[in-house]
Formats: sequence, structure tokens, C-alpha cells
Amino acid sequence: MNSNIYKKKTPIFVFLIPAFIFMTIFLYYPFIRNIVNSFQSITGLGTAAKGFNEPWYANYKTMIEDPNMRIAIKNTIIMIIATLVGQVGMALLLALLVDNIGRGKKFFQTVYFLPIVISATALGLLFNLIFLYDKGMLNQFLEILGFSGLIDWKDQHHAMMTLLIPVMWQYVGFYFVILITGLNTISEELYEAAVVDGATKLQQVFYISIPLLRNVVCTCIILAVTGALKVFDLPWIMFPKGMPVNSTFLTGTYMYYQTFNSNNVDYGSAIAVVIVVLGIILSKVANKLFKEKDY
Amino acid sequence: MSKSGKRKKPSIGKMIAYVFLSLWAITTLYPLVWVVINAFKDRRLILTDSFTIPVGAKATLDNFRLAFNKLNILGAYKNSLIISCTVMFVVMLFAGFAAFALVRYHFRGKQFLYNLVIAGMMFPIFSTIIPVFRMMNSWGIVNTESTALSLMATALPQIAGNMSFAIVVLIGYIKSLPIDLEEAAYIEGCNVYKIYFKVVVPLTKPSFATVAIFTFLWSYNDLFTQMFTLRLKNQWAITRLLGELTSMEGTNYGLMASAVTLVIIPVLIIYLCLQKYIVKGLTAGALKG
Repeated sequence: MNSNIYKKKTPIFVFLIPAFIFMTIFLYYPFIRNIVNSFQSITGLGTAAKGFNEPWYANYKTMIEDPNMRIAIKNTIIMIIATLVGQVGMALLLALLVDNIGRGKKFFQTVYFLPIVISATALGLLFNLIFLYDKGMLNQFLEILGFSGLIDWKDQHHAMMTLLIPVMWQYVGFYFVILITGLNTISEELYEAAVVDGATKLQQVFYISIPLLRNVVCTCIILAVTGALKVFDLPWIMFPKGMPVNSTFLTGTYMYYQTFNSNNVDYGSAIAVVIVVLGIILSKVANKLFKEKDY
Repeated sequence: MSKSGKRKKPSIGKMIAYVFLSLWAITTLYPLVWVVINAFKDRRLILTDSFTIPVGAKATLDNFRLAFNKLNILGAYKNSLIISCTVMFVVMLFAGFAAFALVRYHFRGKQFLYNLVIAGMMFPIFSTIIPVFRMMNSWGIVNTESTALSLMATALPQIAGNMSFAIVVLIGYIKSLPIDLEEAAYIEGCNVYKIYFKVVVPLTKPSFATVAIFTFLWSYNDLFTQMFTLRLKNQWAITRLLGELTSMEGTNYGLMASAVTLVIIPVLIIYLCLQKYIVKGLTAGALKG
């Protein structure tokens, strides 16, 4: 690129400054500031900090003993496992199936991706109607099938499952589309060669599709893990404030609860820092475990 | 890429695949169809008879009437459109600039800036929202009576949050453009700004479309920011209104069904019309998640 057009450097500033001003003020600076906040004492969103905590790491010390934080971390890990199995696993299965049928690929892709564009808030309300005790869609359906007695899908025994199903359901299509794009890049000649060698359909899937898809699957796994840490809207609509009895807190919803409902702003900041650290560690681990070297 | 050539008749395996895929398609579509059907029913029927299609005496528009009269859903739509359109246009303008400069210019620190952009995609909103809120509070644009300021306070962090994703998508596309056209324009006497707007932007249209749709949808669907920045009822955007519905109208399930219907129908129409750009943008923006 030796063009003369771009020899004069002054326009660089005009082009770059607006975007980077925005990101500095609303992204980079707050990110650093949030770490500092987590060591301070802040009792209201709008009030000034009252100096540093004594000791400065007090919030992190509290967190280790906080039973709700333990629940939030536990639930978040359950959420991560559920997204790995229920989203990436399901998406992989669907993608491999779609890749092996002739007609209708486009239709399935359109349908599967659809829930992703809908707001999680609307879906939360929708699933509230479905899981309603007396009587939502599911309990009505069970009644038609002849089951007697209503199931309370939101009690302590069912709450986490009721929470996980919509989250998994919504994002399967996301990973499906990424995997399908990956499958489309696999050369047709490989399959043809395999057919000549007498490979069955199933063998083609296990010896060509899946191995060549490995890096794409790895990307999906990292996205699913970090995505599970960002879930907020749907759980908050379906199970506000961790109800029933704090059993459905996730790290994100607990952070909001501490900040807004308990006015423990510095503690909320500390939880946010933990979310970031968890995200970094988990994606590094996933990368180590699953990523294959480039050929 | 058709593989149909090597198979003659539908095998049993293929039949099973179709059945399984169709089942999943039904679980995806049916809940949405179900809520739309029930929006047209009397609120009591939803709890007893939710599977029938409302025709004749069963059909009613009461739920929608209530949504418009009681909830001020149009006002919330207006607020949503103001926020999301602002976010969309500002992101397109500034991300386009930045992507262009990061592709075409060579200068010291370029790699550093690029890494900053990538890092920007990794920050979860949780880790920035409190300082952002406190900062905007000191500027007086949150916790205020003014609707215009509150809407702006919602748009600002969303602009920053979508900027890195947009820059990455646009960089990928602008990189693939041949430089010849820009050189031709330069020889004819255009300056850099004119080249950008008259040559680069028109060629980058498909990628801008992806950025526009994604930015708009993210902003429209984002509840978390709105829970911090929109305090008063008349400032609420549509997602926030939905979020408060349970505490406002706890057991009016008919109203809920109609509100959900009114929120998802426009999005579904946008999706079906523009899905080409949406699916294409997804792979580029996959990192954002």
C-alpha cells in the first residue's frame, strides 16, 4: 500500500479521535475506575466515595464468606456447563444434521436463529407465561396428557432448571450458524474422496467434519463460557432478586442486586471485577484445552 | 456446495434427521406463535384454554387496547427509537472513520490501538456501568426529570459498547477493498474525506448494513443499561416497560401476551427482511456475543 493518498498523516486524528474518545470515556476509564471503586467505601450510586476500605481488600474478604456469592458462583458454573452441553452440543448436533440433508437448510437456519434477535426481556415474560403455576402452557399441557396435580416450576427444586431452559433455548441458533459457516468451508473434495474409499455417512462426520471443525467449536466454547457470565435480562425477569430465597442468583444478577437493592455499590464493583477475572481465566482454560494448532 | 448429487433416494438416516430438525424448529417457533395467539384471547382463557386458535367469540382486541391506553406503549416505542437510532448512526459514523484510518494509514501505535479495540469487546457491561453511571450523575444527565437527557444517558454507554464490534466488522471488509478506485479518485483531485464518503462508504454498504442492524437490535433489546439510566415512567423505553410489567400488572396475563407480541413483531419483521445481513454479520461479530 504505497499510495500517495495516505502519506499525509493529519486526517488520522480526525478519523480516530471521535471513536476513541467515546471508548476512553465510557469503556476504558470506567473499567479501571471500577477496579479502584471495589477497594473503596461507596454507599449510594450517586454519593461520593468515603475513602478506602479498611483493609483495602475488605470486599473480597467478605465475598469469600458470603453465602449468596457462593450460590451465585455455583449457579454460574451450572449455567456454563448447561450452555456448553445444551447450546454448543445441541448446535453441533443440529449443524451436522443440517449439513447432511439436501433441501431445507435455509429454512432451518432462519428458524433456529430467530430467538436471538428477540429481547431476552420479552422472552422472560413469555416463559413466565409458559411456566405459570396456575396454569401456564406447560401445566395445561400436562393436564391434557392426563397428569394430575400442578407442578410449581418456580419453586426451589425446579427454579434453576426453569431458568436454564430458556437461556439455552435462545442461543442454540447462534452457535448453530457459526458451526454451519464452519462446515461450509470444508472442501467438498474431502467428502468425495471418502465416498470413493467407501466411508459411510457416519464415518464422514466423525473423521472429516468434526476434526476439521475443531477450531470453530473451540471459538463457540469460549463464546459460550464468556456469554454465560454476561446473562442478566432473562434471569432477572423470571426470577427477580434471586427468588425463591436467593437460590437463583447468578454473578451478574447478584452484582445488580448488591448495587441497586442493597446500595452496597463498592461490593457490586468487586463482584464485577470477579466476573471479569472469571471470564479471562475460563477463556484461557478453554483455549488451552480445546484449541488446536494451525496446520 | 450441493451434496445432493451423491445420494439418490432419501435414506432412513435422512428421515430421522428431518424429524429431529423439525422437532427443534417447532420448539423454537411454537412458543412465539402461542403467545401471539393468546394475545387475541380473553385474559381468563389463557389460563384454561391456551391451545385453541381464537376465532369468532373467543377473539378479542381488548388486550391490545389496554396495552395502548394503559401502558403508553407508543411513548415507549418512541423513546426506544430515539435511543436506538442515535446509537446506530453515531456508531456507523465514528466506527467507519476509525476502521478506515486503521486500515489505510500506517503510523506508530497502530497495532496498540487495534489491540485496544479488541479489548473493548471483552469488557462485560457489569464492569463499567457503575463508574459510567456515577460520572453521568455528576454531569446531571441521569436521575433527571428531563426525558431528552435520560435518553442521551442511555445512548452514550451503548455507543461505546458497540463501537469495537463495529470497528472490527468494518476493518475486515475495508481491508478486502481494492485500493485502485481510491487512487483514481485521488488523481481526479478528491481529498481524503471526499474519497472516504464518495468511494469507500458506498463500497462498504453491505458491511455497514450488518453493523446498523446489530447495533440497533442490541440497543433495542438491552435492559441492563436502561435499568440504570431511565428513572421516570415517561422516560422508559420499550424493553424497560416490559421489564416493569410484572410488578405493575402482575396477574394480567392477557396484557402481558399482547405487550410481548407488540415488542417482538417489529423485530421479527426486521429479521425476516434483513436476515441476509444479520447472519453474515454474525460470524464477523461472533466475538461480541
